[in-house]
Amino acid sequence: MKIVLPLVAVIMLVVLAFAGVQVAGMQFLFGVLIPYLAIAFFIAGFIYRVIKWGMSPVPFCIPTTAGQMKSFPWIKQNKLDNPSSTMGVVGRMALEVLVFRSLFRNTKTELREGPQLSYGSEKFLWIAGLAFHWSFLIIFIRHFRFFMLETPFVIQMIEGLDSFLQIGAPLLYLTDVVLLGAVTFLVFRRLAMPLIKYISLPADYFPLFLILGIATSGILMRYFMKVHIVGVKEMVLGLVSFNPVVPEGIGVIFYIHLFLVSTLLAYFPLSKLMHMGGVFMSPTRNMANNSREVRHVNPWNYPVHVHTYDEYEDEFREKMKKAGLPVEKE
Amino acid sequence: MYNSGKIIAGLVVFLAFFAFPFYYNLGKANARPEPKLNTPVIQQLAEKKCVESRDFMRSEHMQLLNDWRDSVVRDGNRIYVNAEGKKHTISLQNTCMNCHSNKKEFCDSCHNYMAVKPYCWSCHIQPKEDKS
Ligand code: HEC
Ligand code: HEC
Ligand code: HEC
Repeated sequence: MKIVLPLVAVIMLVVLAFAGVQVAGMQFLFGVLIPYLAIAFFIAGFIYRVIKWGMSPVPFCIPTTAGQMKSFPWIKQNKLDNPSSTMGVVGRMALEVLVFRSLFRNTKTELREGPQLSYGSEKFLWIAGLAFHWSFLIIFIRHFRFFMLETPFVIQMIEGLDSFLQIGAPLLYLTDVVLLGAVTFLVFRRLAMPLIKYISLPADYFPLFLILGIATSGILMRYFMKVHIVGVKEMVLGLVSFNPVVPEGIGVIFYIHLFLVSTLLAYFPLSKLMHMGGVFMSPTRNMANNSREVRHVNPWNYPVHVHTYDEYEDEFREKMKKAGLPVEKE
Repeated sequence: MYNSGKIIAGLVVFLAFFAFPFYYNLGKANARPEPKLNTPVIQQLAEKKCVESRDFMRSEHMQLLNDWRDSVVRDGNRIYVNAEGKKHTISLQNTCMNCHSNKKEFCDSCHNYMAVKPYCWSCHIQPKEDKS
């Protein structure tokens, strides 16, 4: 059920777009209105979620400490795994975002015969995650040739690199292959490993199936069920310059692709995909471990009236003296 | 909001990236390419028809060229029979570019718009064009 429900949902989305465009002829709805609504919801929702996170106070200094903290000068600090300065935090965050350093250290624990407990490193999730995220980013950037009338040199260069094997016409993009392979692996990983399968929810499968649907429809459109691409660019340029046009004769597969992308955008702020912004907002990753140098004040501390020893002594000095108790000030 | 300076800076970067197509295209015209068909060879055709139907050519010509290439280079077959049963000699230079001798105004007008640069012309000879 946890798997079938999201799968059926994605299939229903495809059927909906197909029926809407092919049968009912609602090109304007699926090509203009829904994409606009989805983008508006994505941007507003993303900002709302980030600001809401920004409003929550962080009561303690809680960075993850995965190495030697800053201590005596003769003890070597692990500056990246236990940063004590802003630069260190930036360095650790950059490594985390760009190469998923913490996933690299993923381990698996197994109870072997004996009985013997063994720990091993587990790099497949890291490799597949990295391949997936980087391909997705490159594919997203590559799509900018549809969003701009003159495609800048950088984007043409990325495209050239991505298709440098020059297989077939239209040229095969390597990222298409890598993305499809990586997402398929990530789905199978959830299905094949009993522990992972047990903790997986529909909200884990839905984005995977949705992205698989987007990639598949895109690949079908480029290599197999060709569409009128010049018309597609005309339409997309119309969208981004707020002059929507719906050219005739674009294949229905394009509308399916666009509808799945719109769903992803609208779903984004509601889902675990918000880790795109969330990784920067995690106190365990964005704080420096400097709690021995800087006092972290809990923002929602109740303003307690403090009675310091000095004040105490001022108040009771005479009585203390009479009782023969030592005082600090005479 | 806590750390509002940093968070707002982050959100500005987010907007700069994701809303880029919108503000980049503000007030820009949407110029669609108009591939020109007025070459001497095409003008002399009795029936102004391509190898296949126009819709098919528009979206599938790269696939067709790929199939043509395979057909010649791998199978040695230089005759293509189209959907209507008409025969064409398979040749990029002598068939396609004979009719579409205005490569700059025809092929390139679409390809520049879409930012594709077919690498065919590093080996195959482009038609000589009088007017550039
Ligand atoms: C109606 C516009 C149009 C015209 C006219 C046109 N093309 Fe294309 N061509 C395209 C589009 C669109 C693509 C594929 C773009 C994509 O996949 O991103 C393409 C791709 C190609 C490719 C594959 C290139 C690659 O790197 O993937 C070849 C080869 C090609 N065209 C050859 C030609 C030739 C030769 C002519 C002239 C006889 C021509 N085309 C005329 C629109 C056009
Ligand atoms: C016999 C002359 C002739 C030959 C050979 C020929 N074409 Fe065409 N081509 C035409 C004509 C005429 C049209 C316009 C068809 C129409 O409007 O129905 C056309 C249209 C096209 C279009 C669509 C342009 C548009 O405005 O959407 C493309 C792309 C194209 N040809 C590419 C090719 C390619 C690639 C080849 C070689 C495989 C080729 N043509 C061979 C005459 C020819
Ligand atoms: C490395 C050089 C090279 C490149 C690049 C190249 N070709 Fe060719 N092509 C050849 C050679 C050599 C032949 C064989 C010629 C023959 O046997 O007549 C050929 C044959 C062909 C043929 C069939 C015969 C003919 O005369 O046209 C087609 C069609 C063709 N190529 C299309 C393409 C297309 C489309 C591209 C670009 C996507 C391309 N080629 C890029 C070298 C090249």
